[in-house]
Amino acid sequence: MKFLDEYRDAELAQKFAREIHRLTTKPWTIMEVCGGQTHAIVKFGIDELLPKQIELIHGPGCPVCVTPLEVIDKALEIAARPEVVFTSFGDMLRVPGSTTDLLSVKAKGGDVRIVYSPLDAVKLAEENPAKEIVFFGVGFETTAPATAMAVYQAAQKKLKNFSMLISHVLVPPAIEALMSSPNCRVQGFLAAGHVCAVMGYEEYFPLVKKYRVPIVVTGFEPLDILHGILMVVQQLESGRAEVENQYARAVTRAGNQPAQALVKKVFQVVPRKWRGVGEIPQSGLGLAGEYAAFDADKKFGLTDRRVDEPAECIAGLILQGLKKPHECPAFGTKCTPEHPLGATMVSSEGACAAYYRYRRHA
Amino acid sequence: MNVSCPIPISQYPHILMAHGGGGTLMHRLLEEVFGKAFSNPILDTRHDSAQFVVPAGRLAMTTDSYVVRPIFFPGGDIGSMAIHGTVNDLAMSGARPLYLSCGFIIEEGLPMETLWRVVCSMRDAAKKCGVQIITGDTKVVDKGNGDGLFINTTGIGIIEHEQIISPQSVLPSDAILVSGDLGRHGMAIMAVREGLAFETTIESDSAPVVEPVLALVQAGVEIHCLRDLTRGGLASALNEIAEAAGVKIAIEQKSIPVREDVHAACEMLGLDPLHVANEGRFVAFVPARASARALQVLHGAEVSANAAIIGQVVEKSTPLVTLKSELGVNRILDMPSGEQLPRIC
Repeated sequence: MKFLDEYRDAELAQKFAREIHRLTTKPWTIMEVCGGQTHAIVKFGIDELLPKQIELIHGPGCPVCVTPLEVIDKALEIAARPEVVFTSFGDMLRVPGSTTDLLSVKAKGGDVRIVYSPLDAVKLAEENPAKEIVFFGVGFETTAPATAMAVYQAAQKKLKNFSMLISHVLVPPAIEALMSSPNCRVQGFLAAGHVCAVMGYEEYFPLVKKYRVPIVVTGFEPLDILHGILMVVQQLESGRAEVENQYARAVTRAGNQPAQALVKKVFQVVPRKWRGVGEIPQSGLGLAGEYAAFDADKKFGLTDRRVDEPAECIAGLILQGLKKPHECPAFGTKCTPEHPLGATMVSSEGACAAYYRYRRHA
Repeated sequence: MNVSCPIPISQYPHILMAHGGGGTLMHRLLEEVFGKAFSNPILDTRHDSAQFVVPAGRLAMTTDSYVVRPIFFPGGDIGSMAIHGTVNDLAMSGARPLYLSCGFIIEEGLPMETLWRVVCSMRDAAKKCGVQIITGDTKVVDKGNGDGLFINTTGIGIIEHEQIISPQSVLPSDAILVSGDLGRHGMAIMAVREGLAFETTIESDSAPVVEPVLALVQAGVEIHCLRDLTRGGLASALNEIAEAAGVKIAIEQKSIPVREDVHAACEMLGLDPLHVANEGRFVAFVPARASARALQVLHGAEVSANAAIIGQVVEKSTPLVTLKSELGVNRILDMPSGEQLPRIC
C-alpha cells in the first residue's frame, strides 16, 4: 500500500537495525511514550531486531489505559440513565470500571453508541432533542482538538442536550513526572508523533535541558520507530541531549496552531489522575469556565469518588519501566484482555495487552 | 432479477402480524412470495415435511442463522448470504449441497418489497449453487422485537468421496492455502453501517465456494481440512484448527492477500484484516506435496482466483499460531478477544 509499505520494508529495517548494532557500545534504556508505538514494536517484533543492550520501556501513552477507574465508573453511571445516549470511541467500551463495562451497560438496555468523531455526537444531539447526548472525551493532545471543536460547535448551536465527560491528558507533564521520579531509568524518549503533529515540539526543549535526556519525535511505522531509536542512540553514544524530529513528514516545530488555539479556548489545564500512575499536576484538560455548561460531571451532579486498583496489579511499575508485563504473577492467568485487572491490559495499545496478544508463549 | 412484488401481496405494502397468523394473509404470503420464488417439485407438494430420496454415501448437514444490518450491503444482502453461508459450510466437508430449509423471522412493518427482493436474491443464489429450498417456516414478531428480518437456513449435502476432511486429519508439514483476499465483508458492512465514506466502495466477498472445493475433490487433491472464514477472520479459524488438531501453525504476513482498500480502511480504524469477517473465503490444509496442484485448481475458479499458500503446519504441539511479520520476526496470531472495536487514535 502506498505510503505504508515503504515504511515496512524488511531490507531497510535490517539496515537501520545493523546501524543501531554498530553504534551501540553500552546499555541504554529508551521509552516509547505512545501506546501506538508499543503496539507496533510488539506486533512487528521491532525490539527483537535491536542489540541486547537496548531496552525499550513502554510508556504511559495509551489514553484508554490511563483513564482512571473513577471516570469509567462515572461513564457507566451516566450511560445507564434512561434519558442518555452515551457516545464513545470504540475501544473505551470494553474497559472495565470497578463493577462492569459499557458493553454490559448496553446489554442491559443503556443506549451506548460508538462514534468515530466527537462531531458525530453533536449531530446526534441536534437530531435527538429529547435525549441527553453525552460524549466520552478521552485521549491525548491528538484527540483534544476534535473534542474542543465539538464543544465549540455545540455552544455555537446553543445545544442544551449535549455534554462531555472529559478525561483528556497531556504528554509533557507525564514525561516530567517520570523523569523526576527517583526510580527513573529512562535515558531517552521517542516522543509520540501524532501528539506533536498537533502540538509541535517546542514543549520538549525545557525537558531536554532540565533532565539532559534526548527526545526524538517519532512516527508509528516500523521504519519510523527504528529510525527514531537510531537517532536516540546516536545522541546517547555521543553524549548529546537534544530534541530531534524523525517524523518530519507530519510534524513541524510549531505544530497545528489553529488546533492549539481552539484547544486553548475551550479547555483549561487541570491536575489529572492517571490510572496506574496517580495524580500528575497540570497533566489534564478540563472545560474552561465559559463552557462549563457542557460538563457532564456537573450536569448529572456526579460526586467525586475514590476507587482503588486491584492490589495485585503492577501496572504502575510497568508504566514506569520498572517491571515487564510477563514479570507480573497475574499476567495471562488472573489478568487477561477479557478480564483485565489494570490499566495496561485494557486496551490493545497497553503494554500488557500487547505482550499478551503477540508473545504470550512465543 | 424480478424485483417487483407479486400483485396480491402488494396490496399490503408492509408485513402485518396477520402475515404470521395462520389465516388467509399468511397463506397468500407463503404462496405468492416463497412458493413462487422457490418453486421446485419437493416444495410444491406443500406438505408439512419435505420428502426426498437419500443418495448412497455420507451426508453432511449444517445450520446457520443470519442477522445483518443493513439487510442490503455492497456486494450482497441477507438473502444471498443465507444461501452462501450454509452451502459453504457444507462445502467444508467436501460435500455437494443438495437441499436447504429456510426459516424467516420477520419484524412487523417490514416493507413487502424488501422481503420480495431478499427472497429473489435467495432464489438466484440457490440456483447458482445448485441447491433447492424444499421446506421452510415463517414467523412474524411485533414491531421492535426484531431487526427487520432474520433468516435461518439448514443444509444437507452429499459427500461423494472417501476423504475425511476435518481438523483431526491435519498433519505436520501440511501446506495452508487461503482462497482469496481477506477482510472485505467485514469492512464493507462496517463502512455502510457506520456511514464511513472511503474513497472506493468496498464490496462484500459474499459468494459460494462450492465450485473450487468440488474441483479440488475431483482433481484428486488430498484434502486434510477446510474451514470457512467468517466472523473472527483467518486468525480465529487457524486458532480453532490448531486447537482441535493439537498443532503449531506458522503463517507469513507477506503471503496473505489483502486488497489495498481493505488494508487502508483497517489501518485507519486500527483493525487487523486477519480478524475481520469474510463470507466467501476458506482455508485449505493439504499435504505439502499436493500444494502446487491445489493452488492451480483453486486458481481455475473465479471465486478463488487469488488463492495463495500462506504457511504450514509446523509440528504436533500445544496449540499455537504464529505469524512472521513483514520484518521477518515471528509473533503470536491470536483470536480477537471480542467484537472488533475501532481504536481511538
